[in-house]
Amino acid sequence: MLGRLTIDAIPLYSWVAMGGAAVTVGGGLAVFLLITYLRAWKVLWTDWLTSVDHKKIGIMYVVLALVMLVRGFVDALMMRAQQAIALNSEGYLPPEHFEQIFSSHGTIMIFFVAMPFLTGLINIIVPQQIGARDVAFPFLNSVSLWMTAAGAGLVLISLAVGKFSTAGWTGYPPYSGIDYNPGVGVDYWLWALIVSGVGSTASGINFIVTIVKNRCPGMTYMRMPMFTWTTLCISILIAFAFPALTVVAAQLALDRTLGFHFFTNGDGGNMMLFANLLWIWGHPEVYILILPAFGIFSEVVATFSRKRLFGYTSLVYATACIAILSFTVWLHHFFTMGSSANVNAVFGIATMIIAVPTGVKIFDWMFTMYRGRIEFHPSMVFTIGFMVTFVIGGVTGVLLALPPADYLMHNSTFLVAHFHNMLIPGALFGYFAGLNYWFPKAFGFKLDAKWGIRSFWFWIIGFYLAFMPLYVLGFMGMSRRMEHYADPNWQPYLIVAALGAVCVLCGIVCIAIQLYVSAKNWGSARDVTGDPWNGRTLEWATASPPAPYNFAVLPEVRDIDAFHEMKLGGVAYLPPGRYEDIVMPKSSGLGPILGALSFVLGFAMVWYIWWLAAVAFVLALVCVGIRASDDNTDFVLPAAEVAKIEAERLGQVTEADMHDMRDFQPIGPASGAPLAGRV
Amino acid sequence: MADSAQVAELLEHEEKKSLESREFGFWVYLMTDAIIFALLFASYVVLSKNSAAGPTSNDLFDLGHTAGETVLLLVSSLTFGLATIAMAAGQSGRVVQWLFVTLLLGLGFLAMEMVEFYGMIAKGAGPGTSGFLSAFFTLVGTHGLHVAFGSLGICVMIGQVLIKGLTLPVRSRLLRLGLFWHFLDIVWIGIFSVVYLPGVM
Repeated sequence: MLGRLTIDAIPLYSWVAMGGAAVTVGGGLAVFLLITYLRAWKVLWTDWLTSVDHKKIGIMYVVLALVMLVRGFVDALMMRAQQAIALNSEGYLPPEHFEQIFSSHGTIMIFFVAMPFLTGLINIIVPQQIGARDVAFPFLNSVSLWMTAAGAGLVLISLAVGKFSTAGWTGYPPYSGIDYNPGVGVDYWLWALIVSGVGSTASGINFIVTIVKNRCPGMTYMRMPMFTWTTLCISILIAFAFPALTVVAAQLALDRTLGFHFFTNGDGGNMMLFANLLWIWGHPEVYILILPAFGIFSEVVATFSRKRLFGYTSLVYATACIAILSFTVWLHHFFTMGSSANVNAVFGIATMIIAVPTGVKIFDWMFTMYRGRIEFHPSMVFTIGFMVTFVIGGVTGVLLALPPADYLMHNSTFLVAHFHNMLIPGALFGYFAGLNYWFPKAFGFKLDAKWGIRSFWFWIIGFYLAFMPLYVLGFMGMSRRMEHYADPNWQPYLIVAALGAVCVLCGIVCIAIQLYVSAKNWGSARDVTGDPWNGRTLEWATASPPAPYNFAVLPEVRDIDAFHEMKLGGVAYLPPGRYEDIVMPKSSGLGPILGALSFVLGFAMVWYIWWLAAVAFVLALVCVGIRASDDNTDFVLPAAEVAKIEAERLGQVTEADMHDMRDFQPIGPASGAPLAGRV
Repeated sequence: MADSAQVAELLEHEEKKSLESREFGFWVYLMTDAIIFALLFASYVVLSKNSAAGPTSNDLFDLGHTAGETVLLLVSSLTFGLATIAMAAGQSGRVVQWLFVTLLLGLGFLAMEMVEFYGMIAKGAGPGTSGFLSAFFTLVGTHGLHVAFGSLGICVMIGQVLIKGLTLPVRSRLLRLGLFWHFLDIVWIGIFSVVYLPGVM
């Protein structure tokens, strides 16, 4: 009846695991009680969970990412604590628990922090940047969100019911096969990946179509803001790369569940097939995480340097180059696994070539800042911190791209330091910059800058403390993922790294305080014009928070910095001649229902509860059938209503709220001529 | 509030735009599906010689049977095309007839595939036997699953044509289902040339 789910699934094997389970269940219960106490279930359901509005979906994605960031970070903190004390001792974590922690840390940070964070920011901003009223497929967007949430739910529930994978976030067979890993851990990992991966693929398709089809008049490809460009590139990467993840996860699931022999040791399996398929997804994935952050840095650096972005065209081409090259380097993840010297050389050179377009970008951002009037807003500070730190990660990356060097560094903490050095500044700092930059757009008031700066300093100092020692330890021969060790020379470095993790913890606490303080003082930091930073691109032309339809009248674009040009021309806040009726998508409960069903399906497959899996699958098909037969998915917002909303907004904007544009007359070519005006 | 005729016109205009996006989106979806198949093909090619002392492709494949499957599937693509032509001419009765024929051919294909799979498993050549057979069953089975979902889609569309007639959204859905169905044909030709033909040579 319940497959292999028995009372033994409750993690009584260690007090730490039990504590984790208690915190997870307690946290869920607390949220449930809070919502019930506030009598907010109805509002939550009708206004948020069933919403197909891209801005609300985006906000829910970011909330999911921040919650999972805390979970993933607790894992990191536990690992650093364990390694700091585990010299010639067992530390406080049994080996099997330690393995679960590093596996879930990687899985959570990639799939349930970085992916939802970037998808959320894209959702909130990209339709507004291209002057659209919504994404191409609003309902599909909601399904994507809830499938991602279902995957995150599977990872979370593995804390309380059963165990998580011990095979690392890449889950290489044969260790992750059923012979060596007979429990449910790897299955939780697999089904979380499959469910959320399908959601991500759908997001990718959605944003390709949105950007190709929904741009406003005059928004040619070479006038799209950089963030939109990076989104287009990563959406194409998602559409091409995520199917590989689905295939490889499904094959491993078939091996484990039905006794297939794709990756087994005997009977004709071939585990190199797994490594290749995984990294054919995995390397583009790195750029899927990083390129949107590059887009954010491009927006931020232009806005807060008060200059047009330097080298827009080269940034576009660099982004496209990186996107294409990302498919040509996957083998560098396993140089040591038996390819010939020539094959390794080809992939090593391809890897080094990627540093070229990336370097182009760094120079473009620096030249944008050159002679600009830089304002040290938290998002700009994160950008500068990124530029300095990311270059170090790039250099160590080029080092690892040399196969002979990689043979020495492979699987050491040097590698761990390298990829954290790419992903923390390269992805996470970008998302934080985006959070600080676009928060007023989503909520109508600014985030507190002081706490933003504090969080930055804790994050960057914590980052250096945590990961520079790992570079050194890698040279000293320390392997990654060690539960305990016997070399006393390593311990001082590991203690420093643990202090770094504590520092990052302070950074996360600062973000929490920043959100709290800002929400408390929201009235004094209100964004009346919808353009708090004197922005340049179209998302600042809408109200903050935007009306459900974003633009009452679709804008016409004549420049890369479309909104900047409108402000210069003095037409940014003029009411249009007349308003028209607007067609809007209706909310739908099927999105969250499909998410819930995919969660049940995944859970049932993990525990071999076949009847439940079948029921969930058939119900999901029925939901899809219902939706595919529904011709009544839109409604019309009458022009009078639009006029009312717009009049209310424009009535609040006074001359005093608007930015002084006199200093910002473009002078000379956009390549860095000094700006005249007030000193 | 604008009068209802205007609202209906506006909704129809938006619908046209949205259906255009859906068609493009469906092409992109088919690309992602093509990648799934491409990787399953790659897996098959890598594992096709790994029969691990079990039966090999020469022992198992029967080109006559496969030819029968091929005929059923290719003809079903033709009949779906005829349904599309009938749709263009606005003959909803014809559309339903051709869709029904397509459905029967699709189910016939599935039946033949089941017979083949069942026969192999009965001979002790199930997917758990060797890497070769795992890859074979996964590739051919994934195609079969697609045909099964396509058949389900045909059932839904027959219902929609009967109940709603050939409205704009129904036409669009039918076109997209057609794309899907023809795509499966192309994949099958790949399977025939990569799996069955080299398998018996």
